[in-house]
Amino acid sequence: MDAILFFLFAAIAVVSAINVVVQRHPISSALSLVGVMGSLAVLYLLLGAEFIAAAQMIVYAGAIMVLFVFVIMLLNAGAEKSPRKGWILTAVAMPLLVLFLGMVSYIIQRGFPNAPLVVFGQFTGGSPKDVGMALFTRYLLPFEITSVLILIAIIGAVVLARKEME
Amino acid sequence: MPPIPLPTAVPLTYYLILSAILFALGVAGFLFRKSLITVFMSIELMLNAVNLTFVTFSYQHKQVDGHLFTFFVMVVAAAEAAVGLAIILTVFKNRGTLAVDEIDSLKL
Amino acid sequence: MHHLWLIPFFPLAGFLVNGIFGRRFSKGLVSMVAVGSVALSFAWALKCLLALAPLETPHVERYFMWIQSGSLAIPYELSVDRLTAIMLMVVTGIGSLIHIYATGYMHDEDGFYRFFAYLNLFMFFMLTLVLANNYLLLFVGWEGVGLCSYLLIGYYFLKHSASTAGNKAFIVNRIGDFGFSLAMFLIFITFGSLDFQKVFEAAKAVPVEVSAGMMTAICLLLLVGAAGKSAQIPLYVWLPDAMEGPTPVSALIHAATMVTAGVYMVARSAAIFTKAPIAMETVAWVGLATAVMAATIGMTQFDIKKVYAYSTVSQLGYMFLALGVGAFSAGIWHVVTHAFFKALLFLGAGSVIHALHHEQDMRNMGGLRTKIPITFAVLACAWIAISGVPFTSGWYSKEAILGAVHHHSPLMYWIGVATAAVTAFYVSRSMFMTFFGEYRGHAHPHESPPVMWVPLAVLAVLSLAGGFLFNVPHILEPLFPVEHGGHDIMLEIIGSAAGLVGIGLAYVMYVASPGLPDSISSSLGGVYRLVYNKYYVDEAYDATVVRPLVSGSRTGLWQFGDVWLIDGVVNGMGGFARWIGGGVRTLQSGSIRSYAAWVVAGAVIFIIAAGAIAGSNGGLR
Repeated sequence: MDAILFFLFAAIAVVSAINVVVQRHPISSALSLVGVMGSLAVLYLLLGAEFIAAAQMIVYAGAIMVLFVFVIMLLNAGAEKSPRKGWILTAVAMPLLVLFLGMVSYIIQRGFPNAPLVVFGQFTGGSPKDVGMALFTRYLLPFEITSVLILIAIIGAVVLARKEME
Repeated sequence: MPPIPLPTAVPLTYYLILSAILFALGVAGFLFRKSLITVFMSIELMLNAVNLTFVTFSYQHKQVDGHLFTFFVMVVAAAEAAVGLAIILTVFKNRGTLAVDEIDSLKL
Repeated sequence: MHHLWLIPFFPLAGFLVNGIFGRRFSKGLVSMVAVGSVALSFAWALKCLLALAPLETPHVERYFMWIQSGSLAIPYELSVDRLTAIMLMVVTGIGSLIHIYATGYMHDEDGFYRFFAYLNLFMFFMLTLVLANNYLLLFVGWEGVGLCSYLLIGYYFLKHSASTAGNKAFIVNRIGDFGFSLAMFLIFITFGSLDFQKVFEAAKAVPVEVSAGMMTAICLLLLVGAAGKSAQIPLYVWLPDAMEGPTPVSALIHAATMVTAGVYMVARSAAIFTKAPIAMETVAWVGLATAVMAATIGMTQFDIKKVYAYSTVSQLGYMFLALGVGAFSAGIWHVVTHAFFKALLFLGAGSVIHALHHEQDMRNMGGLRTKIPITFAVLACAWIAISGVPFTSGWYSKEAILGAVHHHSPLMYWIGVATAAVTAFYVSRSMFMTFFGEYRGHAHPHESPPVMWVPLAVLAVLSLAGGFLFNVPHILEPLFPVEHGGHDIMLEIIGSAAGLVGIGLAYVMYVASPGLPDSISSSLGGVYRLVYNKYYVDEAYDATVVRPLVSGSRTGLWQFGDVWLIDGVVNGMGGFARWIGGGVRTLQSGSIRSYAAWVVAGAVIFIIAAGAIAGSNGGLR
């Protein structure tokens, strides 16, 4: 059952990701990205990360992607229609990427010859309670700093996007 | 890669390789797409790929730390999205375009 | 412990207070701080000396180790012996009087607080110089007074001549200081210490050098240092120019105290000098030549301060003559009496200049006797003192010097006597031109305020009576035993007569028949012009030293060394970098995507390397 779930959602993730890259219209890309994130949330659950799975759905698929879609609609961004003049780049980068992927896979295989199987329910340390305990004890300072970071981001966004006062 | 006869569970490495594939696709999107927004979405894709790695390793070590890193990445991603999209808005307002190729004032 | 450190500390505190807060203080407060600190210093010095009397052996106070490096150990030590005591009294006493005078003289000047801050700083360094118990600390004071001299000569720094005069004083003094530094190195190498007591104790064991040796080298280098600070041939050229500074500065630094530092230093090093007869002979001849040369120049000058400046150079030459013939105590005696009457001459001249609204040319003076009587009265005291009229202070010290010189060499004696006559002549000339005859200027003379003439009156009393009040050779007997016995009445009559002849000659030329000087100068023609133009020494230095140095620097150092060599190398590097950059800049396309591609390429290279390692090791861990 674990294997079926993994392959199913891994396939959905990869297909959606390819879709993100090849779709011409930004809205299509954005919706495909939501698909990637959703399937990743399932994979997180399989890995025992309950809280992260929920956060993935709420924060990523929910908040951030909504923001994206919002901006796309606000700017009325249409499909890309610029002529393909970057073919040199494609010719150079495509083999590079394939090489990169192959090399990483090779290293992962060589690096973990006896990798454990992922069995759902074997690791239960990812519940909201566990994450919360860690967050408010060992990771308290980084957590507080992220709150400052978000505050700064809010101010930055407001400053950048506001109307120029002449 | 040894053949696996439809196992009940998959090894950890599969997750990692999936993460690598997603990351490579993110890079590809970053390199090949013209629209600033799509480029930005590719970055989000790469971040997600990295998050998957964190959670996977967290599973392997049976520790919650990886989850926390993921959590922080999400926070940063949210902040980044807010600022980044504001920048995109400003760029669009000033230049009237979202094409990456036309935004090349980094060149002297 | 008698807390000797407080003596230089008071002026330092005054300097800090006035230097930092003086801008916001009223003039009265600045004066109070400045005069008060020096007066306190005088009082404390007096208290220490009374407590330490009779001071047959030096009293040393060590405060802390200042420099410790290998075998070089220099403590911060102050010491008092009888020589120091005399210098202390002169410096703080006359310093106080001049500070009081300056509050009146400088009253209408800008930067009032700056002036007094510098003056207090000068007092601090001068007292450090006098109190130091080793050569290095003395050198600190030595350099410090040089700095203050520079600052105060250039006090009117907006005036071009003042700032160049300051530079000249500073640069010429560097030559002397270089000699002094070399002498210190040699002293350290020879005796292994810079401490006065240790060096002099060791020097006593050294045999007298008949031919030139290490002692002679040390002494000649010390002489170079002393000649720079005390304005002896060949380094005297800065002192006349130093008259660009305010008159109290000329009186304090360039007449009474700083310029006698060289004399003090040589007298302090007497233990070394007595072992080097060749160096002593050199000191005597340098002093004599300076005395004659400066005195003759003094006869022809018309700027009242220039006359006294050359007079100072000449009198310093006298002191060196005394040191050179071994009459150290007579030399110091002349330092003391000279401090009295030369400070008085300068301050009196300052009073005249003040009265005439900054007129310094004696051709525009005359007949001031009735207009500023107090100034005339006090200046007259200085006049007879420097001329060597019997029983004035100058007479005592001059006769002591001449007596010792006669004992050493009759030739030097007769030259010295002639110089004494010339001295009397030029001082009388300046007095007659200033105070007698008809007034030739256009300003309206007015008498100076009491704050100025009261210090003058004190100095006048000292100029008259200082000789028998302070019998310096007697005081210094534990340090410098009197070398020759008794007074020769004949010599004293000759010496006194020389002074009176000089005065009489000046009276004839400038009062009885005023046309005489012009006819004499025109009949002498070339000789007169030579002397009037100060023997063309400045011009000669300019042609032989300054111009070659400037042109050498311009062509050799600047155009070749800097422009061609250094700039060439630097520009070449820059050009090379530009050339490389020109090739690499094509990478810098401005397109984000190409940058990203480079990042990916880098990542791939990194991953391939990691993969190669993983492949060869069989695993990452």
